Amino acid sequence: MDVTVKLTVNGQQKAITTDPRRSLLDVLREDLGLTGPKYACGEGRCGACSVLMDGKRVLSCVTPVSKADNTTIVTIEGLAKDGSLHPVQEAFLEEGAAQCGYCTGGMILTAVALLQENPHPTDRDIAEGMNGNICRCNGYPKIHGAIRRAAEKTKR
Amino acid sequence: MTGEVVTKTSETKRSSPSEDSPCEVQLSRRAFVQVVGAGLLITVTEGISFGQRRGSRGVRNVAARLHVNQDGTITVMTGKVEEGQGSRAQLTQAAAEELRVGVAKINLVMADTALVPDDGMTAGSRTTPSTVPAVRQGAAAARELLTRLAAQQWSVDPGALEVRDGTITHKASGKIVRYAQLVQSPEIVEAFQRSSPAEIPLTPASEWGVMGTSVPRPNLRDLVTGAHRYPSDIARPGMLYGKVLRPPAYGARLESIDLSPAEAMEDVVVVREGEFVGFAAPTTFRADEALRAVSETATWSTVSQPSSDELFSHLKQHARSGRPSTRGSLERALADADKVLGATYEVAYVQHAPMEPRAATAEWKDGRLTVWAGIDYPQRIQGDLARALGVPAEQVRVIVPDMGGGFGGKHTGEAAEEAARLAKAAGRPVAVHWTRAEEFTWAYFRPAALIECRGALDREGSLVAWDFTNINAGGAAIDTPYNTANTRILSAGSDSPLRQGAYRCLAATANNFARESFMDELAAAAQSDPLAFRLAHLENPRIRTVLEVAARHFDWPARQKKVTPELGVGLACGTEKNSVVAACVEVGIDRARGEIRVCEVCEAFECGPIQNPANLVSQVQGCIIMGMGPALREAMQFRDGRIRNASFATYRVPRFEDVPKIDVHLVDNPDIPSAGAGETPIIAIAPAIANAVFAATGLRIRSMPIRLPGTNPA
Ligand code: FES
Ligand code: FES
Repeated sequence: MDVTVKLTVNGQQKAITTDPRRSLLDVLREDLGLTGPKYACGEGRCGACSVLMDGKRVLSCVTPVSKADNTTIVTIEGLAKDGSLHPVQEAFLEEGAAQCGYCTGGMILTAVALLQENPHPTDRDIAEGMNGNICRCNGYPKIHGAIRRAAEKTKR
Repeated sequence: MTGEVVTKTSETKRSSPSEDSPCEVQLSRRAFVQVVGAGLLITVTEGISFGQRRGSRGVRNVAARLHVNQDGTITVMTGKVEEGQGSRAQLTQAAAEELRVGVAKINLVMADTALVPDDGMTAGSRTTPSTVPAVRQGAAAARELLTRLAAQQWSVDPGALEVRDGTITHKASGKIVRYAQLVQSPEIVEAFQRSSPAEIPLTPASEWGVMGTSVPRPNLRDLVTGAHRYPSDIARPGMLYGKVLRPPAYGARLESIDLSPAEAMEDVVVVREGEFVGFAAPTTFRADEALRAVSETATWSTVSQPSSDELFSHLKQHARSGRPSTRGSLERALADADKVLGATYEVAYVQHAPMEPRAATAEWKDGRLTVWAGIDYPQRIQGDLARALGVPAEQVRVIVPDMGGGFGGKHTGEAAEEAARLAKAAGRPVAVHWTRAEEFTWAYFRPAALIECRGALDREGSLVAWDFTNINAGGAAIDTPYNTANTRILSAGSDSPLRQGAYRCLAATANNFARESFMDELAAAAQSDPLAFRLAHLENPRIRTVLEVAARHFDWPARQKKVTPELGVGLACGTEKNSVVAACVEVGIDRARGEIRVCEVCEAFECGPIQNPANLVSQVQGCIIMGMGPALREAMQFRDGRIRNASFATYRVPRFEDVPKIDVHLVDNPDIPSAGAGETPIIAIAPAIANAVFAATGLRIRSMPIRLPGTNPA
């Protein structure tokens, strides 16, 4: 039985009538055309589908859309404000921290949530906080460098 | 040759973290490219064979490679794909260098069969040695034609002209003209079509201005904003999502199936063509529901399949004989030697597991098929689709948006064909996105290897005999770079239980793992330092250089002598695809937990003149960490024709916490042509780890993944 889910996505209010068992990832991608969140494992093991839900990072592939009712979602497409990049995005750009880039949106949003909770992470904090995100290009060193750079930016 | 260290990079804290094969695609539909008005007009015209050598690679004329637009930008076309290896930046640099313009002026069109020439498969590290020169030739020819036209118009000697930033200047008269002005002349359009990218001398590495610099990926911003559309992101109006019925096991055949549960679902298109059973629905969820409803009704006949537990005996049993390459007299040398050693090494199957699984969107319009897909060779897939769908190749257009990784794993176009079939039946565009489990099961694998080695030393501890047989994995980098008078080297085929294919550096990893591990065993038998033993048998100056560079920066001599409980250092080197690599590593052993931890890696790499240092660093770092996966943990487990670890939960790939301190040293060698760099840096890490584990524990672990005895797959 379809239900209607109301949510705010990247600042816009949406009402979606659909099967409540569908994943938030599928609804974002297939119904709202937001393809920034990616599918890579579908079981909560890689972080490619990361989005911010009420400011917290969630894995949208294992989040039924019904759970997103009355929430505020930010996808990677909604992170830049008025065309100016979020400091974490800037840091990824400056560091060249993307090879194929398929993991990048998830990495950035996870890092945004991490830095919100812990603005001055140690290297170990970063490795631990990011451990749920896989990069198969294995660009971890530059991703790590970008997060450190972003943390330093906000320090100033 | 020079062997100077030019770049020292990336110290990550410990706590922080394809083979190319020729193909004959018949190409009769060509992009007809014309300069009209302000920019580039591309019309696809039937029956025009234009710009490209029919059925072969490369371009016949300059117009097929690039286009100077009237706004001063230049559209450059290539059949190569971007999958994270950096070809977009590199080919952009190549064109900009020879055209004498900034990279911002170049718009690179990649991998669209309607527009681009056939540059071969994106594989085998061929972009750097083949496509970069081809693009440079085209660009240099265009510059030359433009310069000659200016000279002609001004009645001056072309040699008296200077070209910079897309502007041609005659200093003596003060005359100036921009490319954009010149291309308004019909003469130049015609000249581009008439002229082949002939042998115009390319800019030598010593004079590079754009090549050799760290140009970022041109569409990097779209990657960090989520704007870039990957193959799995392509949506078309009215598009449906497809799912395909998979056999429960390899070799299983469909005996019967009841499609009615899916047919009763109003919004679902059900397709059956022989053993192909697929569904298309408005959402992935719905297509999956249809698939599940029908799966339960299917009956299958199965055949027995070997399991991973018996993999190596199976490979051995089915090994085919082959003709070894030999030198000297191996048997005599073995008989006369002071010491003879033998060892057998095993390398498990692994998978590329690119972050983006196979994905394609197909759309039919008036009998013509357009497919957007994540694949490595658009022209080949165009031919494959034409054959599979029964349409002429010129009615098929394949477009490869920059995709989410490949590593040699996307040479085949399964999802493209599935999407095309479903779209045809549905009468609407259909997207097929493989799940991770499908990718892990129905894509292909890096070949497993069983490698048998024998070696012998004389009384002075010199290597006098070398016998090396690789069963199943192939002959990449199988020849030893070490001096030995008597050798026998063989790559023998076998019966592979899994579908196997290309992978970053393919068999070179297995061959180098066995060779470099065995060299360590021989060094130990000769009571020689592993570095000294290698150098004593190594003539290749390039390998010597990287070995010495890595050892020096790692402080090998001191660290090799130092004895610390549960810590050990190891090294390995190698060469493949005309580049050379050496790595020193330190590992820590946690016996209680049965864990091997790589603490530090110092790797030196040389691939000729460096074309893009930042991207090269990314490739080397990526290879090191990717290589740690199959070195320590990754191995396909299978039984009864089923993959038992077809998920990231059960197949553990490297993560942030696994990343050691990594120290990369790029050695620039401007005296030779550049070689590709996306693969070879992977081949030294596994044997270096195995050798370090030996140093720490005294245990020779002769298998990949390298695991302490009594520990289970992670
Ligand atoms: S796709 Fe959601 S965690 Fe991997
Ligand atoms: S950049 Fe390719 S998966 Fe991370």
